[in-house]
Amino acid sequence: MSSAWSIFVIILTVLMIVGCTWLLWSTSRPIKGEGETTGHVWDGDIREYNKPLPRWWLFLFYATIIYAIGYLAYYPGLGNFAGLSGWTSAKEHDAQRDEAEARLAPLFARFENMPIEQIARDPDGLRLGRSVFGNYCAMCHGSDARGAIGFPNLTDSDWLWGGTPDDILATVLDGREGLMPPLAAALGSDLAVSEVAVYAQSLSGRKVDPAMAAAGKRRYDTLCIACHGADGTGNQALGAPNLTDDIWVYGGSLDAIRKAINEGRHGQMPAHRDIIGPVRARLVAAWVWAQSQPEGTAATP
Amino acid sequence: MSTHTPVETYNDKVVRQFAVVTVIWGIIGMAVGVLIAAQLYWPDLFNGISWLSYGRLRPLHTNAVIFAFGGNAVFAASYYAVQRTSHVPLFLPKLAAFTFWGWQAAIVAAVLTLPLGITSGKEYAELEWPIDILIALVWVAYGVVFFGTVIKRRVKHIYVANWFFGAYIIAIALLHIFNSLAIPAGMWKSYPVYAGAVDAMVQWWYGHNAVGFFLTVNFLGMMYYFVPKQVGRPIYSYRLSIVHFWALIAVYMWAGPHHLQYTALPDWAQSLGMVFSLVLLAPSWGGAINGVMTLSGAWHKLRTDPVLKFMIVALSFYMIATFEGPMMSIKTVNSLSHYTDWTVGHVHAGALGWVAMISIGALYALFPRLYGTAGMYSTKWIDVHFWVHTIGVLLYAAAMWIAGVMQGLMWRASNADGTLTYTFAESVSATYPYYLIRMLGGVLVVAGMLLMAVNVWKTRQMNPNAELAPVPVPAPAHA
Repeated sequence: MSSAWSIFVIILTVLMIVGCTWLLWSTSRPIKGEGETTGHVWDGDIREYNKPLPRWWLFLFYATIIYAIGYLAYYPGLGNFAGLSGWTSAKEHDAQRDEAEARLAPLFARFENMPIEQIARDPDGLRLGRSVFGNYCAMCHGSDARGAIGFPNLTDSDWLWGGTPDDILATVLDGREGLMPPLAAALGSDLAVSEVAVYAQSLSGRKVDPAMAAAGKRRYDTLCIACHGADGTGNQALGAPNLTDDIWVYGGSLDAIRKAINEGRHGQMPAHRDIIGPVRARLVAAWVWAQSQPEGTAATP
Repeated sequence: MSTHTPVETYNDKVVRQFAVVTVIWGIIGMAVGVLIAAQLYWPDLFNGISWLSYGRLRPLHTNAVIFAFGGNAVFAASYYAVQRTSHVPLFLPKLAAFTFWGWQAAIVAAVLTLPLGITSGKEYAELEWPIDILIALVWVAYGVVFFGTVIKRRVKHIYVANWFFGAYIIAIALLHIFNSLAIPAGMWKSYPVYAGAVDAMVQWWYGHNAVGFFLTVNFLGMMYYFVPKQVGRPIYSYRLSIVHFWALIAVYMWAGPHHLQYTALPDWAQSLGMVFSLVLLAPSWGGAINGVMTLSGAWHKLRTDPVLKFMIVALSFYMIATFEGPMMSIKTVNSLSHYTDWTVGHVHAGALGWVAMISIGALYALFPRLYGTAGMYSTKWIDVHFWVHTIGVLLYAAAMWIAGVMQGLMWRASNADGTLTYTFAESVSATYPYYLIRMLGGVLVVAGMLLMAVNVWKTRQMNPNAELAPVPVPAPAHA
């Protein structure tokens, strides 16, 4: 704020406070003819007494004004004047964060270099991992980690970007960006899009029209094969989904698949390195990894 | 000018029109409120029907109850009171008729555009720019009619109710025009001229003053005419009315930033918003004291007159809401209450407790005068309406207070490891029982309004010639 605006704010604020005080001061003196009406009459019978201001009300008003003066002296409020306390909301936030970090540091310290497989066998580690997941991951992947349309299920053995502990940690720390290009133009016709969609359905063993699937396979082999592979099992280096396991991030209906081919898909897992830091990332990766393991491999969370 | 006609009469036609549509829009606006309350309890109620979705109907509810129910009620009350307290008919009756039809047109436009998803996205100012222009025109006309009537008054002093109505008209013109400044991008789309934190600050400068001037100052004007009229006693203190009037209209303008505590708004603006919200407590209570103390010496009338019950309980809710508001603006309290249903409960203690009850009381006092009958068709029904409405408001407000504090505590609860104890969805799930109670409260309020509509209709039938017999303007008691 420029100093001209600051002065403007200060002058207006002071005028308001002085004005309120003057209003109270000048009207709280005794009234002549107290308890009588003012003599004005409207609409036949509307009159008004001229009683003095109730004392308790007057004191309440003065008290709030005194509080206002004190508050504006101590805290920022009068333009650029920082207040005697030097308080700012940013400082308060940082102090609270630093205090919490210092308090929590011992709790997290022992997981700093612990291998993720080992964290997944540690009940305390799993508990912490689940708490982190509930705070940062559950809004998309669900509190049971089973995902939703557009957000992968993390409890099955199907991984877009790899399911080893290190793969999962990399996903958490730096995020992932999956891109399926729109292919409507390349395929050229609505029928062609449907053929490819039908072929994609056939890959996971669904009963489909064999002629459509055969036509779709020819197109698949030129356009889709580069990412999804000759056998349709995908490519985790690219985040290209496996099309043969009947697991569909965006839904497996003909319409959903046609939409993916026509318009493409753009999946984004945000990077969490700066949000939760490396230790919490390891904890949550361990919990997620544990969810996808057959029962008995990891400790129960 | 009509001063040369043999018998000069009050222009009550436009008052009657505004009074009748107040009841109709009240029922519609509150019924839409019940509908969206039901959607919070049954989220799939209208699944897939876009124009019945919560996001489209919620602004329709707020616009309908604030501007259609509240607005029409104040048009009726101000046109009625300014004529009686100035001892002259309305200035420019044809322009007054334009304010009626123009205002109804703006409301109908809101009813059509908001469910279609046509919105500027600014809370309590969602209507798009063509409707905003219509509103501005109607408002200027309203100002001309009102101030014209005040200027040609036959009494020296301007009655206090008219100060409040006058401040309301000027302030709303200022707020509406500056908040709605936008660049059109087609017939039904516009973008505000403000950006970022400035846009947010202008929005809540408008938003809180909409509460201050469209839901408070104008209804104080209504109170200042109808309470002494109904009680038959003088206003408690002329001096108090002067002090709280000037303090109220001056301080309200500062309180908006309390809607933006702990946001990107600079700290100094947040502090000023909080400090002046606290200073606002005494000026707010000044009006309530003046209303309630007008009854001193006539408390027994509360036993027999349900219209007075509406008015006095309205003032009580006004005191509750204007105590609660400053408390919620304190940063520490706000960090708990903000974004929760506590805010919703607070607003409805004001809207259903204060605004609706003072309006309903004033309307019950008004209709017999407008229809030339000795009283409403059924006083018993007014009493039933009073209890149904009061219980409805209490259920609503109590449910939302409890739900709000619960949500605030759940959102901030944290585990020993620094993570949050509850997910957001868990707080939603815990709120369900309170949403049901809130909806029941709303059903009671709408039921009371329906009973009122029948009562008004029956009163109208008691004197079929009412609209043909205008009331002559009496000479002032003395100059």
